[in-house]
Amino acid sequence: MLGFAIRRLAQAIIVMIVVALLAFTLFRFVGDPVNQMVGIETSIEEREALRERLGLNDPIPVQFARFIKSAAQFDFGTSYQFRQPVSDLFLKRIPATLELSFMSALFALAVGIPMGIYAGLNRESWVSKLFLSVSLIGISLPTFFIGILLIFLFSVTLQWLPSFGRGEVVQVGSWWTTGLLTVSGIKALILPSITLGLYQMTLIMRLIRAEMLEVIRTDYIKFARARGLPNRLVHFRHALKNTLVPVITITGLQLGSIIAFATITETVFQWPGMGLMFLQAVQNVDIPIMSAYLLLTAFLFVSINFIVDILYYLIDPRLRVERA
Amino acid sequence: MIKKSLAVSALFLGCLGASTAGAETLKFAFQGTLNQLDPYSLNETFTLGALSNAYEGLTRRDENLQIQPALAESWEVVEPNRWRFHLRKGVKFHNGNDFTAADVAFSADRVRSEGSDLGTRINAEVKVEIVDDYTVDFVLPGPNPILHYEWDTWYIMDKEWTEANNAVKVTSASDTTPNFAALNVNGTGPFKVASHEPGVKTVYEKNEGWWDTPTHNLTTVEFTPIGSDATRVAALLSGELDMVYPIPVQDVKRVNDNAGTMALTGPELRTIFLGMDQMRDELLYSDVKGKNPFKDARVRKAFYQAIDIEGIKRKVMRDLSTPSAIMISPFLFSRSGEFERYPYDPEAAKALLAEAGYADGFTVSMDCPNDRYVNDEAICQATAAMLARIGVKVDLIAQPKAKYFAKVLASGGYDTSFYLLGWTPGSFDSWNILENLTQCRDEAGKGGAFNLGGYCNKEVDALKDQILVENDPEKRDDLIAQAFTILHNDVSHIPLHQQGLAWGVSDGVTLAQRADNQFQFRFVTKN
Repeated sequence: MLGFAIRRLAQAIIVMIVVALLAFTLFRFVGDPVNQMVGIETSIEEREALRERLGLNDPIPVQFARFIKSAAQFDFGTSYQFRQPVSDLFLKRIPATLELSFMSALFALAVGIPMGIYAGLNRESWVSKLFLSVSLIGISLPTFFIGILLIFLFSVTLQWLPSFGRGEVVQVGSWWTTGLLTVSGIKALILPSITLGLYQMTLIMRLIRAEMLEVIRTDYIKFARARGLPNRLVHFRHALKNTLVPVITITGLQLGSIIAFATITETVFQWPGMGLMFLQAVQNVDIPIMSAYLLLTAFLFVSINFIVDILYYLIDPRLRVERA
Repeated sequence: MIKKSLAVSALFLGCLGASTAGAETLKFAFQGTLNQLDPYSLNETFTLGALSNAYEGLTRRDENLQIQPALAESWEVVEPNRWRFHLRKGVKFHNGNDFTAADVAFSADRVRSEGSDLGTRINAEVKVEIVDDYTVDFVLPGPNPILHYEWDTWYIMDKEWTEANNAVKVTSASDTTPNFAALNVNGTGPFKVASHEPGVKTVYEKNEGWWDTPTHNLTTVEFTPIGSDATRVAALLSGELDMVYPIPVQDVKRVNDNAGTMALTGPELRTIFLGMDQMRDELLYSDVKGKNPFKDARVRKAFYQAIDIEGIKRKVMRDLSTPSAIMISPFLFSRSGEFERYPYDPEAAKALLAEAGYADGFTVSMDCPNDRYVNDEAICQATAAMLARIGVKVDLIAQPKAKYFAKVLASGGYDTSFYLLGWTPGSFDSWNILENLTQCRDEAGKGGAFNLGGYCNKEVDALKDQILVENDPEKRDDLIAQAFTILHNDVSHIPLHQQGLAWGVSDGVTLAQRADNQFQFRFVTKN
């Protein structure tokens, strides 16, 4: 187990360095950062002086080495737009993104699992068919479209829920802010969470349904029924438990993508999280923010994969035997 | 005029509001973010406009952009090269410090220091002399009738506060430690900045100790940046926000049709125009080899006459644009009415092309931003379609502003043959156009740095130098008119239109829409 963890860690570091290198190469194609930092009337000499001070005239390998060196010390530089340390900016934005991601994952699980079980057990009922057709919408419509649709329905027409922002937030501890403690904060969470979680919800529902259909047909279920166990026990103790392994894998990986790719949802709802900041950074060629975000995303995926691997050990005894 | 009547009703309601004063909060959104608060760090309309509510200059501009006294009560030109400013007495900064001549001298030094993006506000050679606590002299190297034209956005900072907080150096993108002045404000203006979360939310509070009598009735103003057009409009329609801008032209009708909101429209100062490379001996992106067709004024005029500007106004801009004949807004030059566009005439254009030896037309690439000006890419597409009718095939390269500017500006080596650009003269004066857009330049950009096509006429440049030092307004306007006439005859550029402003406002809110697109809370009343 320890050796496994150490091997994983080494791999993770390599992945991170490769991501940093790729990101750094890409930045040369997003445009000129200096033009975004000054007004249009700024003279050519002043632009050149700024470029020099920022070290943008140095060769790319030198710039990359400098970046890796400071990143290893958790110093991601100063944002070109905000003129503040990138790490401070991220610290302020992380709570918003994490809160949104966990709420939408919760929504996806809490709604997707029961729907999936129901559709798997009663495949012929019209409710199951309704679930399936509804889930098609979640899979096929692009996120920004669903977001705008929800805004026009619930904010503009019905005026029940806010169309943008986090509502009122409460400071918890030294740097965490939460919207879960105020009415306006909870209201503000509803639409973005649904928008972000809809795809995951339908994915989980379809996955559980398919797994259920599969498992129900297996011998040990038939055997359980032959033992005269009540339906409740057969379905939930025997069948459901065995459908969960792929679900955990998918949920874990999807949680990573929810956090990392909340960008679109955050932009539609002006949710002040990391994704929104990243998208603004791309528009303004704010290289320090872009590189920090990409590294953070890579870090997130690497850690989630690691945790999922460990969870396999705990859930599936066969893996433990094989490794041992 | 809508703007005038609004301003008047704003004043009227302001008086009314003062007597029935309640706590009013104005919530508004803009498409961009207020990145940082240092008043000398970025020469950009929105940043300077947002800061104008907390900071003030020696002068200010009213709702019709006329210069008014602000921190200076009056000024006079005592000698041709010496301007004397009499400062307002009894003005206090938000922290209670007194405003004096020392603050003006300090701000003059800071705005011209390294890292400042507003260095053009005062020429480096201008000397600032403190006569007494409330009198400051500016000694110029030569006469300059428009010395104070941009001073409404040269904000005066508190010397003591800035020094005490270690913020004398202007916040720059190359800083490694955060600058106090980038996150805090200590001005003299009608509002204080109560909190500022960059890119998330900025809250202003009324400054009870403001020297002027407020005509607004606001106690709090909340600003949120909302980048997505659909969300911004939705937030106005749902009543969550009192004011949002800009409204996309295609949503203007929707905002007007909705009960409780309306779109306030008007011309902006920015002129959108097309430019052509007239400098290189062979175009970089064209099938014409060995010569440059744009060096021939007839070809430029043919392009001009091939463009149906009324069509662009109707179809692309949905009537939210004003076609223009010169490179400056008619608001900013009193004699602009004397100029008329060359008429739209594809037949004449074809004849001109044939005369110049391009009867079968030619191919040229066009550079265009797609996220900078109102419907910029659509304007370029329309232009390409219109030019196709006279046989010119346009390959359109539309890209985001970050890439577009990197290609076409000096830093990209003026890598373009044909381009679309917009320009607002920062000084609100024609000299700025002649200096930046039409002055001869060399390959590195020395001279007219934003004259991307490299148009060059020594006569215009000679007029420009005369205009700079001419103190008599009438003679000066005459020289400007001469210069614009030459530019028009030469077809140095193809001016298209002034793009329109569109702000979305809730009923019950009155405000002044300034043509420079600055939103100042002091003109707002809400009930």
